[in-house]
Amino acid sequence: MSGASSDASTLANPRELDLGLPVSYLAEGRSVASWLFTTDHKRIAILYALSITFFFFIGGAAATLVRLELFTPEGNIVGADTYNKLFSLHGIVMVWFFLIPSIPTTMGNFLLPLMIGARDLAFPKLNLISWYLNMAGGLLTLAAVLAGGIDTGWTFYVPYSTVFSNTFVTLAVLGVFVSGFSTIATGVNFIATVHYLRAPGMTWFRLPLFVWAMYTTSLIFVLATPVLALTLVLVIAERTFNLPIFDPARGGDPILFQHLFWFYSHPAVYIMILPAMGVISEVITCYARRRIFGYSFMVYALVAIAVIGFFTWGHHMFTSGMSPFAALVFSFLSFIVAVPSAIKVFNWTATLYRGQIGFESPMLYALGFLGLFTMGGLTGLFLASVPIDVHVQDTYFVVAHFHYIMVGASVSAYFAGLHFWWPKVTGRMYPESWARFAALLMFFGFNLTFFPQFIAGYLGMPRRYYTYPPEFQVWNVLSSSGAAVLAVAYLMPLGYLTWSLFFGGRALNDPWNATGLEWRTTSPPPRQNFFGNPQVLAPPYDYHPEATPPGDEPRIAEKGALT
Amino acid sequence: MLDALIPAFLRPESASVQAAKVDAIFIGLLLISSAIVLLVVGLVVTFAIRYRRGSSAKRGEMPTIVSREFEVGWTAATLFIFVFIFWWAASVEIGAFSPPKDAIEIHVVGKQWMWKTQGPSGTREINELHVPVGAPVRLLLTSQDVIHSFYVPAFRLKRDALPYQQTETWFQATKTGTYHLLCTEYCGTDHSRMVGRIIVMEPQDYAQWLTRQPERDGLAELGARLFSERGCSGCHNAGSKVHAPSLAGIWNQSVPLEGGRTATVDEAYVRDSILQPERDVVAGYEPIMPSYEGKLSDGEIQALTAYIRHGTDRFDLIGSLNLAPAQNICAPGQTPPESAPNQSLRSPAMVPGAPASGDTPP
Repeated sequence: MSGASSDASTLANPRELDLGLPVSYLAEGRSVASWLFTTDHKRIAILYALSITFFFFIGGAAATLVRLELFTPEGNIVGADTYNKLFSLHGIVMVWFFLIPSIPTTMGNFLLPLMIGARDLAFPKLNLISWYLNMAGGLLTLAAVLAGGIDTGWTFYVPYSTVFSNTFVTLAVLGVFVSGFSTIATGVNFIATVHYLRAPGMTWFRLPLFVWAMYTTSLIFVLATPVLALTLVLVIAERTFNLPIFDPARGGDPILFQHLFWFYSHPAVYIMILPAMGVISEVITCYARRRIFGYSFMVYALVAIAVIGFFTWGHHMFTSGMSPFAALVFSFLSFIVAVPSAIKVFNWTATLYRGQIGFESPMLYALGFLGLFTMGGLTGLFLASVPIDVHVQDTYFVVAHFHYIMVGASVSAYFAGLHFWWPKVTGRMYPESWARFAALLMFFGFNLTFFPQFIAGYLGMPRRYYTYPPEFQVWNVLSSSGAAVLAVAYLMPLGYLTWSLFFGGRALNDPWNATGLEWRTTSPPPRQNFFGNPQVLAPPYDYHPEATPPGDEPRIAEKGALT
Repeated sequence: MLDALIPAFLRPESASVQAAKVDAIFIGLLLISSAIVLLVVGLVVTFAIRYRRGSSAKRGEMPTIVSREFEVGWTAATLFIFVFIFWWAASVEIGAFSPPKDAIEIHVVGKQWMWKTQGPSGTREINELHVPVGAPVRLLLTSQDVIHSFYVPAFRLKRDALPYQQTETWFQATKTGTYHLLCTEYCGTDHSRMVGRIIVMEPQDYAQWLTRQPERDGLAELGARLFSERGCSGCHNAGSKVHAPSLAGIWNQSVPLEGGRTATVDEAYVRDSILQPERDVVAGYEPIMPSYEGKLSDGEIQALTAYIRHGTDRFDLIGSLNLAPAQNICAPGQTPPESAPNQSLRSPAMVPGAPASGDTPP
């Protein structure tokens, strides 16, 4: 794969920048307005990065209080109602204002056009609108929190949310509803971009897997989010206008709500994990210096997960009284959707074979992802088995399982990508040893937090419990201790990455010696992304298909290759 | 024997027939999963060491044919393993779906934030349920407000209690003792305090415990009284002038409906017929019955249902009301004591261990 520029690594040389090359996107206007009214996909990505970081720490603060409260079996830090509002806040903010937008709207926004050789997304203004919609939704939900909170949990189960709860459900639900439009706009934008703006030679089967991941995620955005939006409208209608919709006292069916809700919310889990899989495919190939093992199978697996993921929602409802035969059908489909995930794990592992593996921080996060995703995926099989699910449904086993996928895997991948593309996005290098330490600490803290929850769950501790039987305390103490470690590990990147913005060394254009088109421009890239018209001549991950020669490695700062 | 693989403090209490089966699948899955984790982690670590940057390990080209064969191989292998686990779990589930015919019936009502249970002879408890060991127990659940979920970890048993609907499940305890009853569907402020105890007793102790309960009307007796008080009998009794179907002996029978459909008379059908009578009208009758939506509580509908199940013609209201419960309760597996003279007056379903449908009262 080659861009028009001859030797990319020399372009970051300050002397060459004097030759009249365009300034980076960061230097094009420094006023606040130039950020708030930008249509540059890269700047919008930064806006998203700021907002999801803000929401991540709000959700994290709520989680910290929840874990603190659960340190002892009795309630002693907050009241029962406050506790219920805290875990609801944690779930709503983390799902809709951090996890779902996380990788697509930051790395996806920034990299999708770069990776396919485009100058921007297909609809730059729509892209900006989507950020404003996301912020509007987030602020509405935060307003609900400030007004007094919401205590329904992130699942908004009726009739509790529509008839019984006397908290600020409507406001919070409205926030999620509005943010849904943001998601749909992003999805439409990505789909159009991938279809119409690929550079010459960038055929479908030359797309980097990250682009495929964005594309499949966008399909889910566009197909599933409207269902959630309408369901939430119905909740608001019943709650605000007293229309009989789900209320069983007036002939409604609360189970209908669950079907509609999970029809969105199960695919939403794949919205969170598919982008992570895309990131990992980029990172592992780069640091193993190998072509991805089984590229076409990786693509088919992404598509299969996106499609089959739409037919497994019923496994959230095995205990709700559904017909046992329906339960078995959903159970079967849930086992089937695990197969493509397993294929991906095996392919990543096989990619390491005969590589020149380096352990820079993005790779440490990626290897962590591999382990945590395997754990999360396999425990999914337990939950897909109806008799086991009946026992562990709505216990901490489920909590542990989905945190392994959504936090262990997705957030690890988010940090892998953040470190991997940080030099490209900011033009600065972060302190590598700090980053490695944070990666290891995060892996350790995560396992200490969530592995004990598998045990507590199988022993029978229900989720969303403010007080709990004392025999579960040992597991909760372990878990809360892990949460403290995890909190430190999450705060560390905030510190050293911010530090690097001001004091980090200047980054090379291609510090990792990677192959993607995004590395064939300056770090940070100019507004127009590329200096010429990129043309694609080779398949992705063109890292030594025959054998990896010794001496082929990333040109990181301490090796002295910095310009 | 598989249990031995897991240290005792990691094993949840196991006290029902289903619990042993669930644990068997769980341990099987645990072994398979551990093997897969060991395989993946083992390979990653091996590769990471052997092919670390600058190591002298041989790195050659891989023929593409190997890649394809590997892909097809491990796709097929995973698919096979996953379908096998599915089949194993599904067979356990199907086998455990239908309760035995002679199960003791317990009605459970969840409300914010307590569990109310009612046993076969009308014994009512709050946040507690006494059951005999070894006897199958069928639970009929409903809720008065929001969705709750009835969870007994030691039995590996969980079923949601839905408002205005009835769900059911069953268990058979294998060990005496006291076990947690927990609510596992988030239901508001005191969700975590909506907890209780399941007390599994020896059959003799259970029979003794029953005798100590204050005498109460059974559910069907209550239903019989409601049947006349609420005016059901005005139309549905045999001698009535109003053209309404007789309810005698219709339980579990198939009835023809308007439009050529048929329905089986069960809890759901009776419930629907009381609340939405115009929906499934029996063939040959006019849709003249008014809806009792909002006029009957859930408990009253349960009572009416119980009455219809026992058979409106065969139910001896007077006889059963005059009966002291102690005289005719016998624990499962025991023969009724000879000294129980009024045995025949009691509906068979009132006796634990007797057939629930009670075809032939002597």
